[in-house]
Amino acid sequence: MDGISFKVQPGELFALLGPNGAGKTTTISILTTTLSPTSGTAIVAGSDVAKQASDVRGKVGIIFQKPSLDLRLTAEQNIRFHATLYGLYPFRPAYSAMPRAYKEKLQELSEVLDISGEIFKPISTFSGGMKRKIEIVRSLIHRPKVLFLDEPTIGLDPSSRRSLWHYLTRVRADTGTTVLLTTHYLEEAEQADRICIINRGKVVSDGTPSEVKSQLLDSYLLIDSGDRSRLLDELKTLGLTVEGGPPFRIPFKGKTPHQIVKSIETPLTVLKVHAPTLEDAYLAIVEGARPDG
Amino acid sequence: MVSAVLTIAYRDLIKLLKDRTRLITSLIFPFVLIALLGGMLQAGLGSQIGFNLVAFTFTGVFIQTLFQSSALGVISLLEDRENDFTQELFVSPVSRYSIVFGKVLGESAVAMVQGAGIIAFGFVVGINLGLSQLISLLVIGLAACLVGGAFGIVLLANLTSQRVANQLFPFVFLPQFFLAGVFTPIKGLPIWLEVLSRASPLRYPVDLLRGLFYAGQEEYAQVVVDAPVLNLAVMAGMFIAFMIAGTWLFVRNERNR
Repeated sequence: MDGISFKVQPGELFALLGPNGAGKTTTISILTTTLSPTSGTAIVAGSDVAKQASDVRGKVGIIFQKPSLDLRLTAEQNIRFHATLYGLYPFRPAYSAMPRAYKEKLQELSEVLDISGEIFKPISTFSGGMKRKIEIVRSLIHRPKVLFLDEPTIGLDPSSRRSLWHYLTRVRADTGTTVLLTTHYLEEAEQADRICIINRGKVVSDGTPSEVKSQLLDSYLLIDSGDRSRLLDELKTLGLTVEGGPPFRIPFKGKTPHQIVKSIETPLTVLKVHAPTLEDAYLAIVEGARPDG
Repeated sequence: MVSAVLTIAYRDLIKLLKDRTRLITSLIFPFVLIALLGGMLQAGLGSQIGFNLVAFTFTGVFIQTLFQSSALGVISLLEDRENDFTQELFVSPVSRYSIVFGKVLGESAVAMVQGAGIIAFGFVVGINLGLSQLISLLVIGLAACLVGGAFGIVLLANLTSQRVANQLFPFVFLPQFFLAGVFTPIKGLPIWLEVLSRASPLRYPVDLLRGLFYAGQEEYAQVVVDAPVLNLAVMAGMFIAFMIAGTWLFVRNERNR
C-alpha cells in the first residue's frame, strides 16, 4: 500500500472498492490490528491502531473474507466463545448456565438474521450463507462501534447475497453501527454512503457514489441531425455547450437529458444518452483509461 | 482475563470430547508402551536390574504422554491458523499471553483426561498406587502438561504448517523417549549422552515424578537421578522462558504474515 488516506463518519456505510490485489484486505487488516503498519497512522473509533491496539480490538467487529468459525463447535458455542472472550459475560461451561442477558441478546440477533432454528447445530452442517449470518451475529454480540466486512458476499448465491444486504441494512438501522466493507461487486458499493476506490495500493477516487461517477466519467447526450448547421445554431441559442462532433456531445450541466431533448426543435437523426454506471467508472480506473463510448 | 483464558481452554476440552478417534488412540499408545514394552523389558531384564520395569515404564510413559499430548495440542493452533480461526482469536481484545496461556491450559486439561485413563489402566496391569503416589501422578502430571504446552508454543513459533510439523515431530519427540529415560534408566550415561539428556525438557518431569513416586522405597537410588527440588526448579524456569519466548515469537509471526 502506498499512502492511502480516508475518513469515515460515524454511522456511515463506507465501501472500499478495488480489483483483486488492490490492497483492500491489507487495509482492513491494519485497521483491525491484525497486521502492523510499516508506516503512517490510523485511528479507529478514536483509538490508534498501533499504540492502542487492544482498545481498537474491543470496539470493532470483523467479518473476514474467509469464515473464521470453529467448524467442530455449534453456532451457539462459536458465539458464546466470542462473547466470553470479549469479556461481555463471565465464562460458563454450558449454554444453560449463561446469564439471561446473553440468551436474550442471542435470541434477538438470531431472529433478525432468521437463524434461531439452527443456532444449536454444528457449523460443519451449514451452507456458506448460513456461516456468514452466524459470523454477523457473532460480530454484533459485543456491540461494535465499527463493523468491518471483508468481501462479505464472496461465494454467496444471489439470494443469500440479497438477504445478507437486507440484514445489514436492518442492523445498521437498529444499531447505528458504522460499517466499512470491501467488495469488488459494484452494485454493492453503489448502496454505500461513500465509496473509496483503490488500485495498486493507492486511492483513485473518493466520494458518494454519484460524485465518484461524475468525477470519473462525463454524462452527456450524443446527438446529430440531417441539418447540422441548423442544429448547431439552435444549440447556441439555447446556450448549450457543444463538444466534439459530429455527432455532438452535449454535457448535462445540471439539466436532465429530458429537458435538453425537449428544448431541441431540429429533427434529430442520432440521440443517445450517455450516463455512466459505476461499473463504467470502475473499469475505467482499473484499466487505467477512460472508455470513450 | 480469567474468563478469556477459561474460554480458550474450554474450547479444547469440548473438542476433545467430540473427537472420539483422538480419545481412543491416545489411550492405545500408552497401552502398547506400558503393557507390551514394559512387560517385555521386565520379562527379559527385570531380574538382572533389580526393580520392576513395568512400574518404571508406567511412570515414564505417563509423563511422556501428558507432555507430548499437551505440546502437540498447542501445535493445533497451526490447524486453527489454516482454518482461519486464529483471526478470531487475534482480533479479540485479549492479551496475547492470555491467548497462549489459555491454549496451554486447555491442552493440559485435555492431556489430563488422557492421564486419568492411563492411571485407570495402571490399576488394570497391577501397579499398586498408594494415595500419595496417586496425588504425585496428578500434580506432577499437570506440571508436565504445562511445561509440555509451553514447549509446544516454542515449537509452534518456528513452524509454518501442520505438514511441516508432522514431518518434524519424530525428530523432536522420539529422541526424548530415550534421553529422558522414559523406559530405560539414565544413570551413568557417557558424557555426550548426558549432555543431550540434560537438554531434553522431558527429562525433568519424568525424574521429578519418580523422585516422588519412589520416595522411601529401596529402588529410589537406582531410579532417580536428581533431587525433586532441582527438577522442579528447572521445570519452573523452562515454563516461564518457553511461555515468554514462545508467545513473543508466535505473535511476531502472526502480525508479519
